[in-house]
Amino acid sequence: MKLLTHNMLTSKCVKGVNVGYPLTINASDVRVADVDFNPDFISRLIPKIDWPVLYNAAESLGHVEDLPKETPVNYENNEEFLKKAHRALLEVEVVHGELVCPESGRKFPINNGIPNMLLNEDEV
Amino acid sequence: MSRPEHLAPPEIFYNETEAKKYTQNSRIIEIQEQMSERAIELLLLPEDKQSLILDIGCGSGLSGGVLDENGHYWVGMDISTAMLDVALEREVEGDLLLADMGEGCPFKAGAFDGAISISALQWLCNADKSHHKPVQRLYKFFSTLYACLSRSARAVLQFYPENGEQMELVTTQAMKAGFYGGVVVDYPNSTKAKKFFLVLMTGGNMPLPKGLGTEGESSGIDYSRREKIKRQRGKPLKSRREWILEKKERRRRQGKEVRPDSKYTGRKRSGRF
Repeated sequence: MKLLTHNMLTSKCVKGVNVGYPLTINASDVRVADVDFNPDFISRLIPKIDWPVLYNAAESLGHVEDLPKETPVNYENNEEFLKKAHRALLEVEVVHGELVCPESGRKFPINNGIPNMLLNEDEV
Repeated sequence: MSRPEHLAPPEIFYNETEAKKYTQNSRIIEIQEQMSERAIELLLLPEDKQSLILDIGCGSGLSGGVLDENGHYWVGMDISTAMLDVALEREVEGDLLLADMGEGCPFKAGAFDGAISISALQWLCNADKSHHKPVQRLYKFFSTLYACLSRSARAVLQFYPENGEQMELVTTQAMKAGFYGGVVVDYPNSTKAKKFFLVLMTGGNMPLPKGLGTEGESSGIDYSRREKIKRQRGKPLKSRREWILEKKERRRRQGKEVRPDSKYTGRKRSGRF
């Protein structure tokens, strides 16, 4: 699971959970893969991203490096920043671990990089 | 032919052997890719821009591969672990998620620029477990899908409705969830090539695109004319130029490969040949 997906993922489908965001990551295996850098795509992603959530997620995985705490102004033309955002969003991957719902404490296991979001009968 | 959704629930039907077909059977692969191409075309994404697309029922990532070719980034969800394992084996570009579409799309609001789904929606019309209620599951799916799409984004879902009622059930729930749009049918005159695409729009009602192979009115031969031709002397009915042209036109409407018309169409070969 990439941090971009984590940034979009919620547990609001669980019965009784209203927001279910952001999910806490307990990672046991993290990998960094090479992904092609597309500055245009990243700069259009930034407004959709909840930046503090991304920062905290990267921090909890120990891959924060020199990611800024806030998005700078004029980030569209700031290639250095876009490269850092690209790395955090698309290259850092959680291979094994679990996601924890902030409200109910429900755990979603991550195996081979695929989070299991299937619910039980009583949670729908 | 029996329909797969009558045999077993999707997470059981798509086991290792079934999943293997999606990497080895070139016919399945070709059809899936063609439908994905068409679905992406119907999405009307801004050109030359990489978009973030949700692939519902991504399976082994065949549709994802087409999204990659078109330069888009995708996140896929599927209920079958065997299919997702094949996707991992194929080292697809997108990110994968094990989730049931009937439990809703677990994403925050406005996350995606569009959504596609190839041959998955019909599974929702069945109650595979005692607590499954198709209408509720469809509504939950469409309402959460609506929420996770950005403004003016579209969702294109190719599916195999079993009958007219099923098509109506699906469309009603989609409209109830706030979507505009409807079903686009490609090649309606052919049984095999006929494909249903549910095109859903979020930002206001827009005219639906036309299905492929629907140009022109359907023209059958009326009986009086047929009788008249029969009574005429000369060439038999089926070797007449008009009849051949009509047949070629019919085959074209069915989306089949047809040789172009020329001045030689319907002529005899010369004796020299």
